[in-house]
Amino acid sequence: MSGAVTAHDDHHDHGPPKGWQRWLYSTNHKDIGTMYLFFSLFMLFFGGAMAMYIRAELFMPGVQLASPNFYNNMVTDHALVMVFGMVMPAAAGMANWMIPMMIGAPDMALPRLNNLSFWLLPAAALMLVLSIVAPYIFPNGGTPVNTGWTLLPPLSKQVGIGMDFTIFAIHLLGVSSILASINIVTTILNMRAPGMTLMKMPLFVWSWFFTGLLLIAVMPVLAGAVTMLLFDRHFGTSFFDAAGGGDPILFQHLFWFFGHPEVYVLLLPSIGVLGLVIPTFSRKPLFGYKSLVWGMAFLAALGMVVWAHHQYTIGMSLAATNYFMIGTILISIPVGLMLLNFIFTMWRGSMTFETPMLFGIAIILMFSFAGVTGVMLAVVPADMQYHDTMFVVAHFHYALIPGAVFGLYAGVFYWLPKWTGHMYDERLGKIFFWWTTISFNITFFPQHFLGLAGMPRRIVDYSVQYTDFNMISSIGGFLFGLSHLLFLYIIIKTIRGGEKAPAKPWEGAQIGTAGLEWTLPSPPPFHSFTEAPVVR
Amino acid sequence: MLERRTACLAATLLAVVGCLGAAVAHADYEYNLTPPASTITQEIFDLHMLTTTIATIIMVIVTAMIIYALYAFRHSQGAIPDQDFHNNWFGRWAWVLVPVIVLGIDLSIASSASSTLSSVESHDKADVTVKVTGSQWKWTYEYLDDGIKVVSNLKKLEPTDPLYLRDVDNPLVLPTGKRVRFLLTSSDVLHNWGGAEVVPKKISIPGYINETWTNITKEGVYRGQCYENCGAGHAFMPAVISAVSPDKFEQWRAQQKSQAAQAAAEASSDKVWGKDELVAKGQEVYTKNCMACHQANGKGLPGVFPALSGSKIADGPVAGHLERVIHGKPGTAMAAWGPQLNDLEIAAVVTFERNSWDNHTGDAVQPKDVKAAR
Repeated sequence: MSGAVTAHDDHHDHGPPKGWQRWLYSTNHKDIGTMYLFFSLFMLFFGGAMAMYIRAELFMPGVQLASPNFYNNMVTDHALVMVFGMVMPAAAGMANWMIPMMIGAPDMALPRLNNLSFWLLPAAALMLVLSIVAPYIFPNGGTPVNTGWTLLPPLSKQVGIGMDFTIFAIHLLGVSSILASINIVTTILNMRAPGMTLMKMPLFVWSWFFTGLLLIAVMPVLAGAVTMLLFDRHFGTSFFDAAGGGDPILFQHLFWFFGHPEVYVLLLPSIGVLGLVIPTFSRKPLFGYKSLVWGMAFLAALGMVVWAHHQYTIGMSLAATNYFMIGTILISIPVGLMLLNFIFTMWRGSMTFETPMLFGIAIILMFSFAGVTGVMLAVVPADMQYHDTMFVVAHFHYALIPGAVFGLYAGVFYWLPKWTGHMYDERLGKIFFWWTTISFNITFFPQHFLGLAGMPRRIVDYSVQYTDFNMISSIGGFLFGLSHLLFLYIIIKTIRGGEKAPAKPWEGAQIGTAGLEWTLPSPPPFHSFTEAPVVR
Repeated sequence: MLERRTACLAATLLAVVGCLGAAVAHADYEYNLTPPASTITQEIFDLHMLTTTIATIIMVIVTAMIIYALYAFRHSQGAIPDQDFHNNWFGRWAWVLVPVIVLGIDLSIASSASSTLSSVESHDKADVTVKVTGSQWKWTYEYLDDGIKVVSNLKKLEPTDPLYLRDVDNPLVLPTGKRVRFLLTSSDVLHNWGGAEVVPKKISIPGYINETWTNITKEGVYRGQCYENCGAGHAFMPAVISAVSPDKFEQWRAQQKSQAAQAAAEASSDKVWGKDELVAKGQEVYTKNCMACHQANGKGLPGVFPALSGSKIADGPVAGHLERVIHGKPGTAMAAWGPQLNDLEIAAVVTFERNSWDNHTGDAVQPKDVKAAR
């Protein structure tokens, strides 16, 4: 691992401490970024293994592998691990690595806080693992956490001790991401090099600025909601119990007030990566930089006031439903603007198709597709037919895998040369791209048909008519899972060696608002800038 | 380089065609939303087709733009990047043009959706009102005007049966051509009831009442399931609606009423029941209401649902057993059966449980004991 960040210490100052102290006590943004990235890589395989189990169980009708409760436990933790354990830490890792270098800062604004926000994550992961095993290792452990990641009461009140571990895991994850967000926003506002004005910042920095603000705004709401749930479970309150004057739907409002902006928390950093990758490999400046920045601001603001589109069937008033419907449909404006800006960036450019660019192009196509199914879902009466079917599952996997995960893969391939000092194997990278993209589509495209035919989500067993599409989806799923072993191999191979990367790989194609990271050697020194660079 | 890309594209196309081919081979395949069979789902279906068409057109345009860009602006073909493209008139005004076009599309969808929404949420006078109660894991339908109650449980079938997980013992019977109002509620956790062909979904919430409606146009059997995760049995609670002509519905209604009256008379009579009679009756009640959790062998599911066979309650004093069955165990999946079953049914099922599997108490619990324990 240390090969990834071995200091090329051309400066007079001290290098990193040796051994475990370097990592446990680290206040260096690059080392912490590396830890975030490895943590999320580990969680990718952890959450991926759960997905493999889910697809294996759904391969054919009948309950073959484990009990319905275990199945729904895996559905719950697959989501929690992928959202909180994989995508968010990976995006935070990239923010840690890249933002200080992009804006010409010596390090993050709050290095010790940075250390804390990372080291809360392994503790939270341990809590999540405990929530899975608790029902089996504790006497009277009760039912596994079978609620789905939304943890909706009253079902979550029937769950055993595993739910309490889940609640505490969410508390720790929440604290971790609030601290990380405070740190990143502070860094962006205060640590820019002279001349690096806000409107000169790379799009990735802007995307994390809005992501950070969103997290600071909505994470406390989730923490409050799960704390109320904890009180309902153990201390006799009845926030969510009609028998005591409460309302189970209140939890849904609180959860989705967090949950919908959370979607943009996952998406925005990847939009930021696209804003760097597409211009680089089109060899011309980003089209509509300002409108992208304002588009992200609009998206973040609008994203905070449309949460109830996740709960159209709860029976809201006609006026409220109309409001949430129209607000949700309007989200297509900033998203459409962003995607078209990326297409116009490619327009009249001079494109080459390295792995990050391949991912970039695939994201534009597949995320547009998620966008149009999103508009279909936003239409309330139609949603009353799609609600809680596999159509929704297909929609949000199209949004989150291309929109967030592939964006992160694009970022990994884009910055691997900078991080490690070695070029990745382009041939393997391309094989990985085609393999994941094709198998992803085989996995999730048929799920649209399943949903339209009425197959509910979160079911362990289904009727015969859904068999064939589920088989296709499972085969695609196994191929998709397998492709990630190649991903791991490419990363290890690049860390261990390979063609030396220049400071500006790809013949210096980085144009426009590409950031100061390309002025540093690959890999950059342990302390990036000892003197503040000046941006003209 | 170019050849490799072409090969990859060909592989993608092959994979997609392969998927579709495998699918088309099956005659009864559905790619679209299930065909509607009621006034309201017809309206929704038309809306769905509108948004699907718009979505398809947008995807075709976006794909065409990307494919053209990939074809025309390649470095390998000597394309020269236009470094000023973002500064021409289009670059300066795209931020207005694009949102205006998208807004136009949005508003045309929203106005059409809004009028359909008003019909879905209308509360006109209904000819039949049915209260739908979701519980772990079955549906109970009550015809509020007639005092008829139908409990609808999963019919156990083999996984190879075409109706596996889609059929119930007693479907909800509804007349065609009449406006039917549904009042949805739940006895334990959230459930969600609906059947795409005839009635859009609404959530059922314990302690609250939700409303939806339909007017079925075609006779037939329509199938949905529970659409809100409700725990271990979520996959196993289908919602089946049997739509019949108004005449047949009247017949069915008269028959149900007389059966209900008969059962009520039987339950409130002073007859002292024999143990064997009660056990036989109790087995029916058990199969319908208790078996989903406690299993046919009375052993439950370890760690999830407690065993009744040899349990402290089912083998202990009668009073404790009655108390648990009538009032349930709050905070668990064990429901309070008092409001759901009559005295005779509770007496029978308790007797059955106390004299089955490893339980040999020999008790014969009478309906009057249940009445006293309520």
